[in-house]
Amino acid sequence: MKFALFLGCTIPVRGQNYEMSSRAVAKVLGIELIDLDDFSCCGYPVKSTNHHDTMVMAARNLAIASEKGLEIATLCNACTGVLTEVEKELSENKELRDKINEELKKIGREYKPGVRVRHFSRILYEDIGVEKLKEKIIKDLSALEFSVHYGCHYLRPAEIFQGFDDPENPETIDKLIEATGAKSIDYKGKLDCCGGAILGVDEDIALSMSNNKLAQITKNKVDGLITVCTFCTIMYEDNQKKIEAKFECEYNLPTLYYPQLLGLAFGLGKKELGFRLNKVKANELLDKIGVE
Amino acid sequence: MIESKKLDQNFKLEVAEEMGNSNFTHCFACGTCTAGCPVRVIDSKYNPRKIIRMVLLGMREEVLSSEFIWLCSTCYTCYDRCPQDVQMTSLMTALRNIAVREGYVHPSFKEQARLIGSFGRLYEIEDFDNKKREKMGLPAMKKIHEEVIKLLEHEAKKEAES
Repeated sequence: MKFALFLGCTIPVRGQNYEMSSRAVAKVLGIELIDLDDFSCCGYPVKSTNHHDTMVMAARNLAIASEKGLEIATLCNACTGVLTEVEKELSENKELRDKINEELKKIGREYKPGVRVRHFSRILYEDIGVEKLKEKIIKDLSALEFSVHYGCHYLRPAEIFQGFDDPENPETIDKLIEATGAKSIDYKGKLDCCGGAILGVDEDIALSMSNNKLAQITKNKVDGLITVCTFCTIMYEDNQKKIEAKFECEYNLPTLYYPQLLGLAFGLGKKELGFRLNKVKANELLDKIGVE
Repeated sequence: MIESKKLDQNFKLEVAEEMGNSNFTHCFACGTCTAGCPVRVIDSKYNPRKIIRMVLLGMREEVLSSEFIWLCSTCYTCYDRCPQDVQMTSLMTALRNIAVREGYVHPSFKEQARLIGSFGRLYEIEDFDNKKREKMGLPAMKKIHEEVIKLLEHEAKKEAES
């Protein structure tokens, strides 16, 4: 099982714990993640200023994967959304495809339809499956309880994701969490956006959005929050201290990337799973399961 | 108060052209978008249903120069729930793209576009970053994507001219 690993902009510099843990669990599962040096930004950040440029950038990245005959595995939800959306648009619209390819000629590349793009967690769910994951689990995590934040672009717009999960009542990551023996605790506002996309536009609104979710999740006294996107983690973890100061509250909610949790269940060490980089320390939950 | 003399009847056509469809003209103002909007629940200055009405009425300047068009968090909740397939998230992208061409660009998005046009990525990769990555056992990242810079040259030119 081979995939081109699409890291995007943020993960290589601000989410290395996500990257390290994803690579580590992939190794245990026999998933080969190939690094393609030429992958750039997905194109999402320029969508607000020029949608056409987003399509050109995404098409270039898709072309690079198809030249190697590889499917793409993404880690960031925004990259997942943009690459999947542009792949769908260009494969269905020949006129648009020709227009974009005319531009790609300038750099000697060509987009050809049929590049499959999926989020790494979706690949774990669909291609490995909960049962196979359970077979690899050697550490009992049943003492732990988590809540999951899916993140918008993992699920929506539904029309681009071939119905792999229900955007109004998602369950894939809940099931992936429960595969490790840990519990996934439901909460009010589970589908709500983190606000990350407007942090630079209106910090008050964006932080309020994250604060509402942190308040709901911590009502249930869970051990931590599970995410599958660096943008969301920046909101809930990197900005947690700021949110606590602004809204005069205390959450102290560890935020783990799903592959970090899966790695613990596989018996991997906290060092190789990048726990040192978690801003809200997860020591309490690690102590509960005897990880030193 | 809306001044009918200031309304631009062609605005909806311009937006439809930008979007590639005119689904938003089918809006029957049910408010499903506004009811489920995670931004609206925090701050009422962002109101999807109202924005659609403003576009349909032709309030071109008010919309394009507004603060609110930059507040959509692109969560696609309204997009998925809309009974008339208005595709609100794409409508917001279209409005932002037109606004940018009219000289109204939020500084945060302007800066993002500048970084992408300079490096092909949102964060500049320094030697320091790659050294740090090496210590973590991670492969080095390419610092500058010349191909992307070449593809987005037209943007850089426009920027220089303005």
